[in-house]
Amino acid sequence: MDGSGLPEIRSTCAYCGVGCGVLLRPDGAGGLDVRGDPAHPANKGRLCSKGSQLGETLGLEGRLLKPRVNGLDSEWDAALDLVALRFRETIAEHGPDSVAFYVSGQMLTEDYYVANKLMKGFIGSANIDTNSRLCMASTVAGHKRAFGTDTVPGTYDDLEEADLVVLVGSNLAWCHPVLYQRVVAAKKARPQMKVVVVDPRRTATCDNADLHLPLKPGTDVALFNGLLTEIAAQGAVDEGFMAHVEGFVATLESASDDDPARTGLDAATLQQFYDLFVRTEKVVTVFSQGVNQSSSGTDKVNSILNCHLATGRIGKPGMGPLSVTGQPNAMGGREVGGLANMLACHLDIENISHRSAVREFWSAPVIADKPGLKAVDLFQAVGEARIKALWVIHTNPAVTMPDADRVRDAIKDCPFVVVSDITAATDTARLAHVLLPATSWGEKEGTVTNSDRTISRQRGALPAPGEARPDWEILSEVGKRMGWPSEFDYASPAEIFREHAALSGVAGGFGKDFDISGHADLTDGDYAALAPFRWPYAGTRRGGRFFGDGAFYTESGRARMVPVKWKDFAQKTAPRFPFRFNTGRIRDQWHTMTRTARSPRLSAHLAEPFLEIHPEDAAELAISPASLVRVTSTHGTALLRALVTDKVQKGEVFAPMHWTGETAPAARVDALVPPVTDPISGQPESKGAVVALAPFAARWYGFAVSCTEMAPESDYWAVARAESGWRLEMAGSEAPADWETEARRLFRLPRAEVQVVSDPRRGSVRIAFHAEGRLLAALFVSPEPVGVMRSHVATLPGAEAPHVLTGRAPADQPDPGPVVCACFNVGVNTILDGIETQGLMSVDAIGAALQAGSNCGSCRPELAALLARAKTPTPEAAE
Amino acid sequence: MAKKLIVIGAGMASGRMLEHLIDANPDAYDITLFNAEPRGNYNRLMLSPVLSGEKTYEDIVTHDAAWYEERGVTCRFGEKVVAIDTAAKLVTGEKGTLPYDKLVIATGSNPFIIPLPGHDLEGVIPYRDLEDTEAMMALGADKRAVVIGGGLLGLEAAAGMAARGTEVDVVHIMGHLMERQLDEAAGYLLRRSLTEKGIRVHCKANSKQILSDGNGHVRALQLDDGTELPCDLLVMAVGIRPSTALGKEAGLEVNRGIVVDDHMVTSNPDVLALGECVEHAGAIFGLVAPLYDQAKVLAKTLLGEEARFVQKEVATKLKVTGCDLFSAGDFAEGEGREDIVFRDPARGVYKRLILEGNRLIGAVMYGDTADGAWFHGLIKDATDVEEMRETLIFGPAYQGGGRCGPYGGRCSLTA
Repeated sequence: MDGSGLPEIRSTCAYCGVGCGVLLRPDGAGGLDVRGDPAHPANKGRLCSKGSQLGETLGLEGRLLKPRVNGLDSEWDAALDLVALRFRETIAEHGPDSVAFYVSGQMLTEDYYVANKLMKGFIGSANIDTNSRLCMASTVAGHKRAFGTDTVPGTYDDLEEADLVVLVGSNLAWCHPVLYQRVVAAKKARPQMKVVVVDPRRTATCDNADLHLPLKPGTDVALFNGLLTEIAAQGAVDEGFMAHVEGFVATLESASDDDPARTGLDAATLQQFYDLFVRTEKVVTVFSQGVNQSSSGTDKVNSILNCHLATGRIGKPGMGPLSVTGQPNAMGGREVGGLANMLACHLDIENISHRSAVREFWSAPVIADKPGLKAVDLFQAVGEARIKALWVIHTNPAVTMPDADRVRDAIKDCPFVVVSDITAATDTARLAHVLLPATSWGEKEGTVTNSDRTISRQRGALPAPGEARPDWEILSEVGKRMGWPSEFDYASPAEIFREHAALSGVAGGFGKDFDISGHADLTDGDYAALAPFRWPYAGTRRGGRFFGDGAFYTESGRARMVPVKWKDFAQKTAPRFPFRFNTGRIRDQWHTMTRTARSPRLSAHLAEPFLEIHPEDAAELAISPASLVRVTSTHGTALLRALVTDKVQKGEVFAPMHWTGETAPAARVDALVPPVTDPISGQPESKGAVVALAPFAARWYGFAVSCTEMAPESDYWAVARAESGWRLEMAGSEAPADWETEARRLFRLPRAEVQVVSDPRRGSVRIAFHAEGRLLAALFVSPEPVGVMRSHVATLPGAEAPHVLTGRAPADQPDPGPVVCACFNVGVNTILDGIETQGLMSVDAIGAALQAGSNCGSCRPELAALLARAKTPTPEAAE
Repeated sequence: MAKKLIVIGAGMASGRMLEHLIDANPDAYDITLFNAEPRGNYNRLMLSPVLSGEKTYEDIVTHDAAWYEERGVTCRFGEKVVAIDTAAKLVTGEKGTLPYDKLVIATGSNPFIIPLPGHDLEGVIPYRDLEDTEAMMALGADKRAVVIGGGLLGLEAAAGMAARGTEVDVVHIMGHLMERQLDEAAGYLLRRSLTEKGIRVHCKANSKQILSDGNGHVRALQLDDGTELPCDLLVMAVGIRPSTALGKEAGLEVNRGIVVDDHMVTSNPDVLALGECVEHAGAIFGLVAPLYDQAKVLAKTLLGEEARFVQKEVATKLKVTGCDLFSAGDFAEGEGREDIVFRDPARGVYKRLILEGNRLIGAVMYGDTADGAWFHGLIKDATDVEEMRETLIFGPAYQGGGRCGPYGGRCSLTA
């Protein structure tokens, strides 16, 4: 059935914290057509490459459709009974703090609410933490220190109204592309608007910047302390606003003690930035993981907030600090209290009256009275067997936690592990005793909150497959079976939402800002039709900005400027570990890729894990482009593909964090990250490991394509989806005795027709398998990184491809090159050719002629870079 | 007055030589052409298509009597030369003696007949000329033939007869067919294709004797293991011997062939020679390409122009429909030799390139020979192939554009 006649369903995107609205239309084949929702305030119809390809990530392949207990299919009742029993027994024997939940910023608020209620009000422990701890806990802590509450003061509209946008530790172009496009559009409309990027790397975001400050990693506090000093020196302090602020003198004193030269930036550049900031009233400072993921992350946040407080540039149109979150519902998690050091609805765990109020509201038998274990401590406790029963929901800590190998081992050794997820194929799910099939994006119903406090409905457009159930229902079922049948007797997410809204009214009664009690009486129909709204929503309070009026949520009611000073990383570079190891995201992948890796288009851009390294460092270490690098830290090791580029500075390297045991087991980069945290926020220092680098002594490199899943076993491998099957990069330190035998094993093709080219003296061999004239699989092996035009060969499985072993497109069929534009599948060679032969002189001209960059815009920085490259021909450009 | 040129032998080499000579200067010589066969010359290479019925004799004639007459060449066809007097510079034919200023010997070669018992029986023939071809063509369906020799000529003979419905056995003494041009793997594929055509191939087979039907006609070939292969015709295609008798009698220097220098001049400065009868730098010649090169050089020498014959790598193609093979250069294994091999058994395709240093020195291909000429060129020109090595075996369509760049070409990153 074609769904084109059906009305589109409004929902939100599954990915980052921008929280874009999407319109979903079932395609009648189990999939969805997805487009941006023009009516949603976050994106106004735009979508990025990831959001545009949401439809490609659906389908039942790899979905967990039935509960599993100890690897065997189980019935729901048996599985739920077992979970309830083991948690009850563990609590009875070892106390409530012997169990823990580790949840996710991808859960919906309603799911989150039930998990938090179950742990804090009924089990009686606060051992519920979330992967948001890895994402923006430092911002939560910084907000609370400065404002007395965890509240984003402004809205996205400030980006358009600002005259200066400062992006700190944020590759907005790749990580929050729609906000980036809003900034780009605003700057295009008002060219006098300035953009400054503060980032050690020259990221795609720098393309639109007037000024890039490539500061030394970890020196943000010194930079903003210098700024505060300059604000004071230039008389830019808002004396009137100072009535609402405390700590100015001590903070300024501390700031003037700091030395902005630590940033490594020259004085003129610093002055240029400081003057720009001081002289521009309407400033928005956007910050993200480059600030948060640090052992001094909270101080970094406050160093930024200090400058906005000092100038009174907060909570007014076009002004203020704007934390952008990495996950679709990190903010919802913060609101319900899904972090170990919060209670619920912005209420405080340490506050006895808050505790009593919440306990009373929930009719709870107990209430947690002290903060629980934050993520890093929580898994340490699992490793030390202090946590004996663990429930992980929609997240992959065996990959994403610092010291990931130890965390993986800890989970493996934990006496009882439950994992709720949409797939059994994650590093963490493989360690579970009980696997519970949950509904996925596109199927589930609830709400999410984005980075500017906008709460939107996520709606289901597809039926739940197999026996999958929504998380709120799974959690409620366990709550009921643990002994609280009426307290967890929810019939719908609407009912949970109403309870949450009502509880926020209790918080409002305590003077808290998060209050959506105006929606506590929504009917099911109202909930179904709920349009996006920004909190608060209670009485006469409706959304808007915070703090512009000088009203804060501290005890004194005044904002606090916090004296901070630059602190070095926990790990110092030393001769044994001379490189600073930065981690982060790439444009077309999301977290551990359980969803995005299913999309061939999203996989085409960067289809394997890599290490960005400066050309001079690479030359010194004899690391050649596209070879493999052994990266070793104090805690782990990884093999990564060398991407030699001067986008990183000397002495610094960068690796994406997406690859896992499922996609590239030698590239679990968080295994290299030490488990050091910010003392206040508990957020790990994910961007501050020190590492040693060495060329990997590969005897052979391989590339393979296949119609079906492969079974790689080599030292290095990375698998990705291709248009018709899979593609695989490999390398090994020892070659198998017989490549044809190895290829048949790899592809599981014991008898298929073979085609072989071998150059035994060189150690290169190419093997293809065909059936009925169509290519099943092909393997290319060479002693050096194997020369194959990937973008061409990856399209061949399933097609008639007698010439596949050439590894090239024939001369009359030009190779489009690696994909730059994921929306329209436009390759780098096509674009360079267009620039050369059609005289395309601008990003817009490329879009008009080739479509590239004309949909989501995520690749526009790369198009600009290609234009620049074409104008100054280099040897690389010819390749 | 023009000088007198006598040419003995109207074969492909002398025909091509006269073409060059007359094209360059039709008045340089007064030319007389002797030919033992009663006709002008045809393209001997094309006898196999005539045998298989793909062409007729008329299609393959290159220079007939009329062609020579139009160019003022006196043809003495069907007349054997019986003596040469190099001192007096006279040639004596069956019908008289003529003087010459320059003499060209182009007597070609004789097929080698193994002196097996019974080799002189009726129905035992070589495969050399139109008469042999006609004998095979005349055999027809329901008859049986044995071919001794699994080389180029023997296989073309076998395939040609098989195409006409004759039942054919090929007896080959070596381990695989065409061992001088093919390696074992290609030889195997060739054998498989021939077997599919109904030809029975016996490798490592030693012939013992040819059996008579009692009436002086061949009945069967007996192998030394006792096997009898019945036949109505036995074709021996086991090689050729340069036809040197006239040269030897004339007192010219003769080893295996009539010895010539780079100018195609024999030990007598007024006597030149070319074709399958000559020996140059220790080598004798059985394929057409070097003969044509010799023709060009010899014509220039006759015109007093400087030209030297240089031996080049020679490529082989087998003209049997459905057996597409190509071989060039040297493909023996050896110290410092490396090979690149392509195998596609399902499609019956095999290619092997042999390299020494960064040069291609040999190529064997079976099943897909489209790129043969290109490889042959690389061998002849001793091209440095290092930069193309990764895709060399895929031929010219996959060259150019240089090596793959690091990003997108040697890993899965876009940069």
